[in-house]
Parts: sequence; C-alpha cells; structure tokens
Amino acid sequence: MTGKHPIGLTIRNAVKVYPGTRALKNVNFDIRMGAVNVLVGENGAGKSTLMKVISGVETLTEGEIAVDGTPVQFRNKDDAVRAGIGIVFQELNLFPDLSVSENIFIGREPTRLGLHIDMRDQATRSRDILTRLEQDIDPDTPLGFLRLGQQQVVEIAKALAQDAKILILDEPTSALSAVEVEVLFRVIAELRSQGVGIVYISHRLEELIRIGDYITVLRDGEVTGTRSMDGVDVPWIVEAMIGGEAKDFAAPIAHQIGDEVFRAEDVALAKMGGGYSVDHVSFSANAGEILGIYGLMGAGRTELLECIIGRHPEAQGHYFIKGEELRSTSIADRISHGIALVPEDRKVDGLIQMMAIRENLTLSSLKEFTRFMHLSLSREAQRAAEFISRLTIKVASAENPVSSLSGGNQQKVAIGKALMTKPSVLLLDEPSRGIDVGAKAEIYRVMRELSAQGIGIVFATSEIEEAMALSDRIIVMADGRITGVFDKSTPVAQVVAAASPGTSSVEGSAA
Amino acid sequence: MTTTTAHSPSANINWLLLLLKARTFVALILVFTYFAFAAPNFLSVANAVLISKHVAINAFLAIGMTFVIITGGIDLSVGSVVGLTSMIAGYLVLNGIDPGFGWSIQFNTVEIMVMVCFVGVFVGWINGILITRLNVAPFIATLGMLYMARGAALLMSGGRTFPNLNGSAEYGSASFPLIGAGSFLGIPVMIWMLIIVTLASVYIARRTPLGRHIYATGGNERGAALSGVRVRRVKMFVYMFSGLMAALVGLIIASQLKAAHPATGEFFELNAIAAAVLGGTSMSGGRGRIMGTIIGAFVIGILSDGLIMMGVSSFWQMVIKGLVIVTAVVIDQAQSRLQARVALTQEAGS
Repeated sequence: MTGKHPIGLTIRNAVKVYPGTRALKNVNFDIRMGAVNVLVGENGAGKSTLMKVISGVETLTEGEIAVDGTPVQFRNKDDAVRAGIGIVFQELNLFPDLSVSENIFIGREPTRLGLHIDMRDQATRSRDILTRLEQDIDPDTPLGFLRLGQQQVVEIAKALAQDAKILILDEPTSALSAVEVEVLFRVIAELRSQGVGIVYISHRLEELIRIGDYITVLRDGEVTGTRSMDGVDVPWIVEAMIGGEAKDFAAPIAHQIGDEVFRAEDVALAKMGGGYSVDHVSFSANAGEILGIYGLMGAGRTELLECIIGRHPEAQGHYFIKGEELRSTSIADRISHGIALVPEDRKVDGLIQMMAIRENLTLSSLKEFTRFMHLSLSREAQRAAEFISRLTIKVASAENPVSSLSGGNQQKVAIGKALMTKPSVLLLDEPSRGIDVGAKAEIYRVMRELSAQGIGIVFATSEIEEAMALSDRIIVMADGRITGVFDKSTPVAQVVAAASPGTSSVEGSAA
Repeated sequence: MTTTTAHSPSANINWLLLLLKARTFVALILVFTYFAFAAPNFLSVANAVLISKHVAINAFLAIGMTFVIITGGIDLSVGSVVGLTSMIAGYLVLNGIDPGFGWSIQFNTVEIMVMVCFVGVFVGWINGILITRLNVAPFIATLGMLYMARGAALLMSGGRTFPNLNGSAEYGSASFPLIGAGSFLGIPVMIWMLIIVTLASVYIARRTPLGRHIYATGGNERGAALSGVRVRRVKMFVYMFSGLMAALVGLIIASQLKAAHPATGEFFELNAIAAAVLGGTSMSGGRGRIMGTIIGAFVIGILSDGLIMMGVSSFWQMVIKGLVIVTAVVIDQAQSRLQARVALTQEAGS
C-alpha cells in the first residue's frame, strides 16, 4: 500500500492446530519495515502462537511464510534468526551473573581458533550496539546490576547483535516503570528510523496508539481488523478485540445475594527491590456474589489471591470468613476454613500432571475419606465420580493421568478439587485462560451455578469482556492498588480507564 | 470421548508397553532362570536364605530411599547412618551408658533397639530440618550428613571395632544376636522384619493420605502446597523414615556379626538408590512403587550373589551391575516416550 514502508515478512493462510484447539485460523499478517506493527488481542487470541510461528519456535500446521517475497520454512529458532528475525519474550532470558556483553553474545561468542573467546571484540561490538541504542551501559557490568528496563534493552541488543531486521517485542512494557517505558520508546523510534521492522504486542491500548504505525487485531485465532494506525482510537480496538456478537457467558441464575462471607483487610505484599505488588488492599465478598477483579499484567491480581490462600507467609493482612478472623497462615488451614483457590497456571500450580484425575480431584479433601490413617479408596473413587459428572468433565477413565485431558477439562478438574473442600469463598485466577470457546462457556456456567448455591466467588481476569459480563461487582486493580470498584452496569470505558497504571484512585459510581 | 480405547491403532504397542512396565519383574525372572541353570547349588534352600538376607539389608534402605526419591529428594547419608547406628548399638551392648559417677546404666535388647532407632530417626530429622527449614538442597544436606555420621561413628571407638557383642543375660541383652541371626518358623527374624516394613510401607504409599501427599509433593511441589498438602511435614517424614530404616540395618548388621565396625555401610546408599531406580522410581520425583523397589533389590542381590557363585571376578561384577542399572533407566525413558505417544494418539482419537 504505502511505498515508504516495504513489506518485510508476510504470513498467509496460517493455521496452527494444538491438540484440542485451533490457535490460528487462516491468519494473514504483514510485517512492514521501518515501522511499528502493533498486534493486539485478548489472552488466547493467538498473538503468542503467531509470534512463535514467526520466530521459528513452532511450525505452522498449514499456510506459508515469506521473507522479502521468498517463501521460507522455519524448522527451528536458528532458521528464523538467520532470516533476520529477533524476538524479545515477555520473560527475559538473561543471565544475571554474566556481564552485559557476555549476555549479548551468549551462544555465539566471537572466538579465535574456535576456542578462545575474544573478549575485546565482544566488548567493542557490544558497545557499538549499545551506542546505536543510545544507551550508556558499560558492557562489562554484570547484568544483574542493571534496572529491569535496561535489561530489556540488553535483550533487544542481543537480537540486534544477530543482525535482526525484524524485531518482535512481546509485552515489553508490562514490568517497566513509566520512565523506563519512555527510554524503551526512544529505542524503538531509533530502530524504526534505521529501517527495522518492529512487531509490538501489548495490552495497553493508549501505548499502542501512541507508538504504532499499523495495527492488527486478533480474536479467537482470526484477524478481525488490520489497518494503518491513522484514525484508530480505543473504542475501535475494543470493538475489534471483543467483536459484535457476544460470547456465551451463561445467563445469570436468579438468586439472592447474601451476607458477607469473606473480607480481606489491609493485604500487603512487598516486592523485591522495593514497593508493593499488593499495596494495602481491602475488600469483601458476599455469599452468592460473583466479584471480578480486573487488571492488566502486573496489576497484582494473582498476588492478591495468593496472599489470601496463604502462598506468601511474609505478606501482611487480616482475613475474615463469615466475620471470624483466620489466624493461621498455612495453606492447609485456610483451605479447611473455607477458602479455596484455582490458580492461574494449571500446569505449575493447579494440578499434579502425572497423577490420576481421581487423585487430583481429591487431593485437597483426603481427610473426608480417612479414618485414623486409613484412606477409603472406594469412597474416594465414588466422590471423584460424583464430581466428574457434576462438572461434566469428559474423561475416558478417572484413573488416566490428568495430563491426558484438554485444557478445559483440566480446568474443571482444578475447580472440582477446590469445590470438594466445600469452600465458602472460591478464588479463581484467570479461570478461562488457555481454553477454547466451548470450554469457556462451560466454566462460566459452572461459576453461575456455584454462585446460585451461595458460594462467594472471587475471580481475577485480564479480559475486560469477561469481567463485565460475569461480575456482579468489579474491582479494578493497577500497580497493586484498588483503583476503582464498579457496578456491573458501569460503561466499559470507565472500567478500562481505571486499570491504566499511574491513574489515581477512581471511585466507582456505585460500589 | 468416553469410548474406551479398545480399537487402539495397534495392539502390539500396548503389549510392548505392558512388557516395558513390568520390566523389573521380567529382569528378575531372567536373572533368576539364568542362574538356576548356570550356577551350581543356586536353587538350594540354604542359598535362598543367604540371598534373601543379603537382599534384605539393601531392601530396608531402598524402601526408605524410595519414599525420599518420590518426594523429589535424595538421602546420601543412609550408609553412614548404618555405620553410626551399629556403633551405637555395639557401644550400648558393651558399655551401657556411663554417667561418670562410677556406675553405669545397662539396657535390655528392646531398649537398645528403641534407642538406636531413635538415633536413626533423629539423624533423619536433622536432614529434614536442613532441607525444609534452611533450604539446603537434599543432595548437599545429606552429603554433609554422610561425612558427619561417618566421622561420629569413627570417633565413638577411635576407629576400632566393638567386638563380641554377645550381650549379657544379667542385663537382658543376651537376645541381641538374635536380631540378625535368629529365626522364627524357619524364616530369619530379619526377613520377618522386612516383610512387616514392606507391608507397612506399601500401605502408607497406597492407602493413607500421607502416601498420597508424598507422591503429590514429588509430582509438583508448588501444586501440592497450593492444594493444602503440608509439604514440609511430608518431607520431614520421609527423611526420618529413611533414618529409621538405616537404624534397623545398623542393628541387624551389628547383631549378625556380633561386632560393630565404624566402616560398616560404606556405599550402601548407592546400592539403595540403584534398587529404587531399577524398580522404576523416577529420580525427578512423583513416580515409584515400593514393590518395584523390592524387586529391584532382588535383581541386584541375585545378580551379585549369582555372579559370585559362578566365580565371576568382582571387577566384572561391578561392570555388569552398572550396565544393568543404566539399561534400566534407558528402558524407563523409552517407556515414558512410548506412553506419551500412545496418550497423544488416544487424545487425537477421542
């Protein structure tokens, strides 16, 4: 279209199938050189998959990629690097104990005779790259001494040292302070003027509009909008992200919202290196209520829920179940007092992947089947079967390892495990992350049913649509603080605004 | 989705998988049959008793080790704890406790057993505290304990042997030699002890919340903790249990030999690990079975005794033992890969 930004990489009719889900459905995407190509979409929309495909981490099921008009096939990351594609992941892959230059050249050290690392050459070249990025960083400093924003720049330098012509930045600002973001933006502007094609992924919409030249919106593995950034505003992006047709959020089941079942007071969790990831937060949840906690990456949603369940013994805070304060800090005690958590990451926190479905379901409630020391396997199996049918978990056998299930069914197992403890308040952290649309709808249905049974439900989410559609009340968090409490009838834009980091507290219309 | 996998793509793969799963048992049968033909007198009753006594020593330690490894840890100290506890047993039989007033307290056999077992559990407790409270890696914590316990054993006698542990009728310790040498209904007492310990361990592993928590801790420690498993307690238990097993072995050896030598138990920890691994225990935790370990201990025991009977040099014995262990793990890896592939095809089919 525009001659001043030639297309460097194209991807056509891209399809990527994972067991149980289609992460990409016929995606077309162009990367323009000397421009910032913004990619935006909700969690699970396929952004990460698309970037993994472009950087050679994953291969396409169908479709083709062309660099400068020549079709290419990336079998691994090295192929992509050779084609000039560099990626900076959200989680930095750096070695804090090595120097900056060693980090930049890790795995590709310039050597003499293939054996002796040419430290001087390495340092000189590092200095050149850092100068190009207009950064005053000494290449000999141990990386761990740098601030997070500078570390990010080192990660970018690493990509540039491999002659990256296309640079993918996956949520680069999620962990940065406002000043560091400015530095990063200057670096990006500099690279753009040097003709580098930049792919920029972020959830912070204002940021995207400010820095982007082109925008592509993904939803459920499909491109729902792609255009030049001229004239794009937040409502347009939100519209393209969420779409006209509403997802199946399951109709609310009419029931009375009861008295307070849970209250947290003055919860604080200090962050490494100063500040708080949860900054003196207080809130309460009522029986039969669905309370949504909405916030961006790093807002402190997950940490708040982890504090409540007792994951961080060093955290401050007081917790009350039906008015009675919990004294013990151990997770086991909190669970037995009626708090249950379904963690965000099923693989690492939620389930024991190698154990059977039955064993996972009952892990938190073994006491129920135990007399003295003796565990009644028959009663356990019976109870597991009951929950499998109650939550309509699709299993061939309850004795199969939980890892053999699809994401949605695994999530139901995690919920089942939490429910079996008969909680008064159920905490769900990103309950619909990484599962397909059908399974999401079922999870929502389960949440509705549970709230109708009088359980207080507190769920954290980074999807505004989910927060708006499911919650009776919405708490918005940013920078570890509560920046607003809203009624479900509040306009979306107002809720989104409260979630931007740096905003001062906005009190909701009705709390 | 709820259909069974009766129409799986190939029945052969399922057969192969079954064979691989039962590999330790297959190995046991192979080793046994081979020596039954190759080694003279292998099938005699006397030899069976002898082999089972050798196996028992390793099996006690291997059971304790299996629990530890299932939680994702390791206990390198057991061999030294065997040495230390057998020295303590020897010391108590010979001297009792001398508080330094010109008279001493003497103990009967049961009291000695209880005290020695307590020492073993206590050493395990220290291991557990180092690992769960002071965050020392299990390998390092128990490596340190390996040296400390061995050093303590040597210090007790200045490196000398406590000889003639016959006990005395006067103090009620005359039955001490029976722990390792006595028999009941024609079966050695130590084998009875092993049977009881094995049954109790299988019970703990399969039918108690504690057992489930042991597997959960090793399978995914963070996940287990978030599910309300008291991970620290679980770990404390396994190291204390492993210490107890070491103490039993220390008692048995001191009793069998009627002597306690401070070098007793060197490299026993490695044999215990070998038996556990051979029995299918995963070094990365979460997977393993007590009966597998027992079979593993038998494979190792029969292998070494059979080779001795055939007159194979001890140098070759070590090479062969090493090969068997490595082969076992190679097969283990092949099995996991195959299993993952079968699970994936099932997933795709459902």
